[in-house]
Order: sequence, then C-alpha cells, then structure tokens
Amino acid sequence: MTVVYYSSSSNYTHAFAQKLRAAGQHCVRLPLLTKDDTLLMEEPFVLITPTYGAGPRRGAVPKQVIKFLNVPQNRELLCGVIGAGNTNFGETYCQAAHIVAQKCQVPLLYRFELLGLPEDVRNVNEGLNRLWKQKLQRRA
Amino acid sequence: MAEKVKLISHVDAINWNRIEDPVDDEVWDRLTANFWLPEKVPLSNDVPSWNTLTPEEKQLTMRVFTGLTLLDTVQGTVGAVSLIPDSLTPHEEAVYTNIAFMESVHAKSYSSIFSTLSSTKEIDDAFRWSTENQNLQRKADIVLSYYRGDSPLKRKVASTLLESFLFYSGFYLPMYWSSHAKLTNTADLIRLIIRDEAVHGYYIGYKYQKGLERVDEATREELKAYTFDLLFELYENEVQYTHDLYDSVGLSEDVKKFLHYNANKALMNLGYEPMFPKDVTDVNPAILSALSPNADENHDFFSGSGSSYVIGKAVNTEDDDWDF
Repeated sequence: MTVVYYSSSSNYTHAFAQKLRAAGQHCVRLPLLTKDDTLLMEEPFVLITPTYGAGPRRGAVPKQVIKFLNVPQNRELLCGVIGAGNTNFGETYCQAAHIVAQKCQVPLLYRFELLGLPEDVRNVNEGLNRLWKQKLQRRA
Repeated sequence: MAEKVKLISHVDAINWNRIEDPVDDEVWDRLTANFWLPEKVPLSNDVPSWNTLTPEEKQLTMRVFTGLTLLDTVQGTVGAVSLIPDSLTPHEEAVYTNIAFMESVHAKSYSSIFSTLSSTKEIDDAFRWSTENQNLQRKADIVLSYYRGDSPLKRKVASTLLESFLFYSGFYLPMYWSSHAKLTNTADLIRLIIRDEAVHGYYIGYKYQKGLERVDEATREELKAYTFDLLFELYENEVQYTHDLYDSVGLSEDVKKFLHYNANKALMNLGYEPMFPKDVTDVNPAILSALSPNADENHDFFSGSGSSYVIGKAVNTEDDDWDF
C-alpha cells in the first residue's frame, strides 16, 4: 500500500510526505518534470495533490498528476485523494483534490494546509492504516 | 528618504524563454491571472449595510482599514522593492515588481472603500488615528528596520511575516462582518487581497528557503533563531494592537486565535514547523467559512467524525490534457 504524491520544487507536500514516511507509510513522489515518464502503479494507493493555477476552472490539477491519472491502470488502483492547500485561496482551497475525486469517483479523504500540522499527520496516518486494513480484509 | 536607494549594478535583457527557476514562471502566471482592480467590485452595494453599523463599529472598521493601508503602503513602496537587488534570477526581479504594484493597488482599494462608505472627516480622523497609534506605527517600524538592514535573507523573513501574519489582525474584521451578512462586497474585495498576499507569502518564503540552501549550517541556525525572535516581537506587538482595536467590541480573544493560526502559516511559508498548538488556533468556524466557503466542512473521511465518503463536488475543468 502506497501513498503517491506530487510536490513542486517548493517541497511543501514533500515535507508532509516526509512526516508520513517517518510515521511508517510508504510514500512515492511523482516526477517533478512533466516530460519525465510517470509512474505505473501495481497496488492500491492514495494520492496527495496540491492545487495549482490561477482560477477555479483551469490549471488547478498539476500537469504531472494529470499525466499520472491518464494511465487507466493508475486510475483503477486509486483509492482516494488527499488535498494540500491554503484556505487563503478561498473557494479554490484544495480544488485539485476535489476535481480528482470527482473525475475518478473516489473519496476525498482529507485536506490540510501548507506543510500540515502534527494533528494532520496523525489523522492521515491513522486514516491510512484503517484504509489499508479494510483493503486487506476485503482481499482476504 | 535619507538613505541611498540600492539598485542592481548590472542588468541583462530578461529572457522569459530561458527559465532558471520554474517557480518564477508559475508565480508570474498566477499573479497576472489574479490581477484585479477595486473598481470591479460593487462596493456601493454595501452602503445600506454600512448604515446599520453603530458609530463604534464604523470607527473600528475605518481604523482597521487605515492600518491595512499602512502595511500595504510599506510593502508596495519599500518591502517588495527592497527585495529586487537580492534576487537570484532576473525573473524573480520581475515578480517583485508585480508584487510591489499589486500592493499599491491594495493600498488604493481601501481608499475606494472609504470614499464609498464614509465622509471626508471620518476618513481624515481614521488616517490621523493610524499615525498616532503606537502599536501600529511600531509594527511598521520593526519591519522597515529590517528592510533597511543589510541581510537579504532577514529581509525575506520580515517580508513573509508581513504578508502572511501582520495583515490578519485587520483581515479578521471584514470576515467577521461578512459572516454576519454585513459589508459583503467589501469582504469580496478583501478576499482578493488575501488571495494575493497568500501567493506573495508563498513566493517570498520559497525564495528565502532557496537562499538558505546557499549558506552554511551555522548561518541557517542563526536565521531560524532570528525568525522566531522576530515573530515573537511582532506577535507581542500584534496582541497589543488587537486589544487597542477590538476590546471595545469584545472580539480580542477571537482575533488572537486567528493571529495564531496565521502565525503558523507564516512559519510554514518559511519552511519551519508551526509553533502554536491546536487549542489556541481553533479559529471561529464562521470566520474560517467566510475566508474559504468549504474549508470548515467536517466531512473529510479521515477526520474521525465523518463516517461517509465524500466524492468531490461537481467542478468542471477546462484543462484539455485529461484523457478521460
């Protein structure tokens, strides 16, 4: 069970993923550059994405995330999405996570701001552990 | 204006087809796409609502906005400009010119609010208050002293704290009015300012972290200690300023939670871990909701109380690179 995340060179989401790693989650970062090959997933995973762009309707989802989700096998294995954002962006707070959840018909599992607070790391870590357990039980 | 203006010694023609740091390009696009002017916001629709406020509430509102005007003026004419000579790339210089101009738009937009809602005498009284309030003047003086100092990275810390922390004692009030269905058009304008400041704080904080990569470990430690010291200094002053403004309407404690919440975000913009614990950052949900309409919905599956999955709300995207 894996957490896949995109983080630009500002490394905000990367900092959050590092804390999840320290808590024992397996986290994999999407390539920084859109021209690089994307990942092909082979087991269920959760995606963490920040929100980009200027307006509510364009460019909110990072291009690398779109490229990754354009692969049908990746979409099939996507269990849910977590949004990284900033409430100062008003109604577009965590817009990319909302869009992915809707487009891929998966649950929006959690949202956090910037690097995430310690509570956010704890909530996500515990939530992921519950989710992985459910997936294993369903498989068994 | 005694000191000499520091200028870059050498300039090459800027080539936007050769980007050294993609964040410069992204932030430029975002800032220019966000461009707005106060004339686009129908502020005059707030006149009936303004007339329902008590004289004390009107005075508080005017004072809050002159305080914000002062900060935007500092940032527009000194702060963002002072960052230009320290830039790592030519595109960074260009982004600061955009930031400086938008800060001047912000500063002017408060005057649009004033002239729509208030009389010349009330406006003059409020500006006089802003020059006489010690805590407001002190906050501008603290930041200005770092802008004049000789450390590029300390300048960025001061600038990020201004963008991401010092505005929020003021931003609280229009969010409060908005949550009571008052001055809603003014609140729309303030939300545009908040959105801009969020990008500014993010960008300057990011450039600070880029700068940290170029100094040794001892300097990094020193800058971290400096950041927390400056935040404490500004925080103590901010608490006093909050009491000056909000004691008369009984909102000071609520405002302080909003200060803590935003101080944490300012620290994160600089790459540091948040400092204030959750029990002092639990912002009034009505204020959070006025800031970001769906932020306080406690529906996230991992939050504990939410037991049902929520699929994202219907949001169409016009991006054409999706394959499905």
